[in-house]
Amino acid sequence: MSFWRMAVLVGVLYPMCSHGADAVRIAFIDPISGTFSATGTNTLHQFEFAAEELVNKKAGVLGGRRFEIVALDNKASPRESQIQLKRAIGEGIQIIAQGNSSAVANAVTDAVRKHNRRNPANRVLYLNYSAVDPALTNDKCHFWHFRFDAHAEIKMAALTDVIAKQENIEKIYIIGQDYSFGKAVAAAAVKFLGQKRPDMAILGNELHPIGRVKDFTPYVTKIQSSGAQAIITGNWGADMVGLGKAIVDAGMNVPIYTYYAAFDGVTATMGKAGKGKIRLVHEGHYNPVPTKRLRDYHSAFKAKYPDHDLSNQRVYNVIEILAKAIDKAGSSDPLPVARALEGIEHTTLGGERVFMRREDHQLFQPLQISVHTDEGIEFDGDNSGFGLRTEESVPLENTLVETTCKMTRPQS
Amino acid sequence: MVEIVIFSTLNGLVTGLLLFMLASGLTLIFSMMGILNFAHASFYMLGAYFAYSVSLFLGFWPGLIVAPLLVGVLGALVERYGLRYVHKSGHVAELVFTFGLAFFIEELVQFAWGKETKNYQQPEILDFPLFTLFGQNFPAYKGFMIFISIAIFIGLYQVITRTRIGLIIQAAISHPNAVSSLGHNVPLIFMGAFGVGTALAGVAGVIAGPVLTTFPGMALVLGSIVFVIVVVGGLGSLTGALIASLLIGLLQSYAIALEFAVNDLLALFDISFDADHFLNDLWTLSLPQIAPVLPYLLLVLILIFRPTGLLGKRET
Repeated sequence: MSFWRMAVLVGVLYPMCSHGADAVRIAFIDPISGTFSATGTNTLHQFEFAAEELVNKKAGVLGGRRFEIVALDNKASPRESQIQLKRAIGEGIQIIAQGNSSAVANAVTDAVRKHNRRNPANRVLYLNYSAVDPALTNDKCHFWHFRFDAHAEIKMAALTDVIAKQENIEKIYIIGQDYSFGKAVAAAAVKFLGQKRPDMAILGNELHPIGRVKDFTPYVTKIQSSGAQAIITGNWGADMVGLGKAIVDAGMNVPIYTYYAAFDGVTATMGKAGKGKIRLVHEGHYNPVPTKRLRDYHSAFKAKYPDHDLSNQRVYNVIEILAKAIDKAGSSDPLPVARALEGIEHTTLGGERVFMRREDHQLFQPLQISVHTDEGIEFDGDNSGFGLRTEESVPLENTLVETTCKMTRPQS
Repeated sequence: MVEIVIFSTLNGLVTGLLLFMLASGLTLIFSMMGILNFAHASFYMLGAYFAYSVSLFLGFWPGLIVAPLLVGVLGALVERYGLRYVHKSGHVAELVFTFGLAFFIEELVQFAWGKETKNYQQPEILDFPLFTLFGQNFPAYKGFMIFISIAIFIGLYQVITRTRIGLIIQAAISHPNAVSSLGHNVPLIFMGAFGVGTALAGVAGVIAGPVLTTFPGMALVLGSIVFVIVVVGGLGSLTGALIASLLIGLLQSYAIALEFAVNDLLALFDISFDADHFLNDLWTLSLPQIAPVLPYLLLVLILIFRPTGLLGKRET
């Protein structure tokens, strides 16, 4: 290699190295290509924006260290995720963020637990920002896993809180996708409705094949003739749009309680047909905006990424809480940071108190039930004019569910 | 119960007729050229996406005309510059070609239009309930779907049985060499048939897009079921395709609506099992759960007992 080539190479690489060694690197392992890439890419932008806006522009952590998000594409596959996890560890990254799909999360959490047991000198921390399989903070919990999203059962606890208050709803129908998440949603719905409204009749508890239903009209015919006054579903993506459209087309005028009926094209497609009918449980706030901090943050995000949405508000919590824990621990090493994260309390951009429960490493936060509408919308979804407006807030105390988690904590 | 029967019949009719529009093109291509066009449903998806893009500028109705034409021309080009060369290497090569084409179109659609669901809506003029029965609406748009499908069936049937072109097409299906010796341009007929077949898929896409949502997976959802219809109906038979489409549409619609489980069947014979029986999953299996399997079960049964299909005359 000639001197000049060498010089150029050094010139190119040197800034990257010096930068990298200084920064706190977070590996973002999620789908950036393939079927689910729309969701993954959207979330990646939210992570990058949060790191830049909430940490790097404010003097960083530990007196000046920046956050750097390293995107690793797992193609939504559990196998690929383990390869990417190894790669991240190989590059010396100590903090892993992953969220899309509970199937992937189950693989990652196992891999992290085993790796940390075998390599105590080289541990990693796993921040799960979105995978909501309750098992991850129950039977499968361990010290190195922290979840920032309310799991399927907590969300159902919040939804049923609101449903139980509706005196006029006496008959309800549950429909979902036929896999672990759909079943977890249905089981939680049956459990909580049984406790909160024993008089409420569950007319149907139906599972349909995931991603294979051409037309939901036959299901809706059945739901409608059953006389249901409300519908609960955990459906997402095309299955949510198809179901929602079929319900509206049939002229059913009942509330539909959902987990994921917004953003990534769903809001635009439901449009005015779903107005006032679709309700969704989520963390954070869309409309009205409770604080100036959140409004400024959301506006700045839309200014930078006009075609994307702040679809996962928990992402800014992940970044802020992590920064806080690192400062509190005085180090960015996984063990002190994990210890600092246990039981940590935090005030979000929206001005809400949240805390990371020590027993199971589950973040507890107030949840909102919002309605899909175009009235009183400041921040819409898919640039469609329609968005989510908060109807009910479920305080943190009402979201506290029990856990079966028994974790062992490392001594050193 | 009456309302379930009525609406399930209507739902089955709508689904069945939609499937027919796809199957009619596929069976035409299959019977004429012997090509099992795996990319057929992809042309259906292209129809929906083209119509969506046109509707952004000109509204729904121009899309209904323009999109199928575009898809038809694209189909004809694929035949002329793709399949015709692959044809020389035999049927397996053609099969692999269309298989690859299906993936190619899916990626292309994601590349051009993105991965999220598109906001493709039905025209406002049809946005009202046609009639209301037992409190359930039957949307006017679905009535429109039924109308279009039946019109296409009648038109196609007339062309194939009553016109000179139809005569040549029918002859080209059974005796391509004889037709060629008589001075007809068989490759041109093939190209035309492929174009018309894909255009029909395009029409199906245009009118299904607003109801079944326009997203990159829409070809996959419908792809395999169309082959079932072609085989069940019998190769080359338009009437057979219609009967098979309606049969499968109604079968699925009823299977989802009727809440029967194996338990109920056994109860008729006074047999019952404990809830913790190790085969309990089997005893509680209900009709809605096996609904997606039924068309394929029908396919297997037809292939065993009547390999020519319901109205088909030959085996291929």
